Amino acid sequence: MSLNATLLIQMTVFAVVVLFSMKFIWPMIMEAIEERNKSISDGLAAAEQGQKKLNEAETEVNTLIKEAKQQASTILDQANTRASGIVESAKSEGTLEREKIISTAHDEAQQELTKLRENLRKEVAGLAISGAEKILTREINTADHKEMLDKLANKL
Amino acid sequence: MRLNFINKIFLTLIAFFSVGNLSAAEGASCFGPTKEKEFTANEYISHHLSHCTVDSPLGIIHIDSVFYSVFMAFLFLFVFYRFAKKASSGVPSKGQSFIEMIIEFVDEQVKDTYHGSSKLIAPLSLTIFIWVFLMNFMDLLPVDMLPKAGEMMGIKYMRVVPSADLNITFGLSITVFLLILYYSVKIKGVVGFAKELAFQPFGKAMLPFNLLLKVIEEIAKPISLGLRLFGNLYAGELIFMIIAIFTAGGGVMYLLDLGMLPLAIGQFILGLIWALFHLIIILLQAFIFMMLTIVYLSMAHEDH
Repeated sequence: MSLNATLLIQMTVFAVVVLFSMKFIWPMIMEAIEERNKSISDGLAAAEQGQKKLNEAETEVNTLIKEAKQQASTILDQANTRASGIVESAKSEGTLEREKIISTAHDEAQQELTKLRENLRKEVAGLAISGAEKILTREINTADHKEMLDKLANKL
Repeated sequence: MRLNFINKIFLTLIAFFSVGNLSAAEGASCFGPTKEKEFTANEYISHHLSHCTVDSPLGIIHIDSVFYSVFMAFLFLFVFYRFAKKASSGVPSKGQSFIEMIIEFVDEQVKDTYHGSSKLIAPLSLTIFIWVFLMNFMDLLPVDMLPKAGEMMGIKYMRVVPSADLNITFGLSITVFLLILYYSVKIKGVVGFAKELAFQPFGKAMLPFNLLLKVIEEIAKPISLGLRLFGNLYAGELIFMIIAIFTAGGGVMYLLDLGMLPLAIGQFILGLIWALFHLIIILLQAFIFMMLTIVYLSMAHEDH
């Protein structure tokens, strides 16, 4: 149980092993670990950023929707007023038009009636004359009796 | 913590008594045929405590400790290098997650204690933690498994737990000590370090006393580091051996022998209990070695 040359060999081996692990093992694994830690923290930060952006977008969307709703209701109101206005004006216009048409029709009818009456009168006068001619069975001078007949016709 | 402390003292005591009583067959030649059977418990244990040694120009080498230590180092480097090579910042595989978990754990310990800029401390801590744990882990293999296999291949003695060899633990702790000296001098300068040794903690008037205190304090660091790990693991190994005396290395073979069956079962139960307990110790010792290394090195960086 004494110290001997094994000690020196062990010291040499130890030095070599430590140097090897210092050069080829530790830096590589540490680098991988640090890189991964960095990418994980980056990812977490990005996720947080994304969450923040999402929240912002959500609030923005909400305000937009609110505005749009408001606008829509205003537009709807306007449209309603406008529509009722149009209906109203159309109604009044229609009434006016109707009245106009009615009055025109009335006038036309009146004229027609007058014309018809005239024609009828003339026809009746002719008929009366021809009837009278037939009744009297004698020649009557048309010119002589014209005045009398006209008077009759006017009476009709 | 208190329990742990008492336990440690107890284990260390056992270890040192055993060192005294059961002197291993040091220097005995390693290769060659083993004698047919070992009957006495003493022989069984001292056989298990003998290293396979070879002579070199530098002196005796415990070739078994070196082999298992280097084997574990390769295991550590191989596994970690494989994951380091294909480490990516994408979604990690399960293996990669596990490796990264260990690395992050070590990194956390280092960052908590050490605030310097050296790129060496963290990989050093990782190496110590994993390597010491792997070397300790050899203790959980059945005590006779690898030595018996070795005997079949003509290796007479084999100790499979490198961290139960003083040379290995001191090899680690003395290297750490050299690093402590290096960083002390590097950060504080030769004069600054000498001043710290001479003028603290009692001021200039007590210079020789300060120097003595400081030198002892510094030298105690590698000795306590090395002895703590060695003591725990040596004691653990020894207890496994003592438990194994039940069947004296017969192990599984005795399960067929009805006369020996109660002994084999006793050995199995005791071995299981101690293994479960020891599992905590080997992890804890690896962690303590790493932690103290970090603490010592960050102390070396502190400029008063």
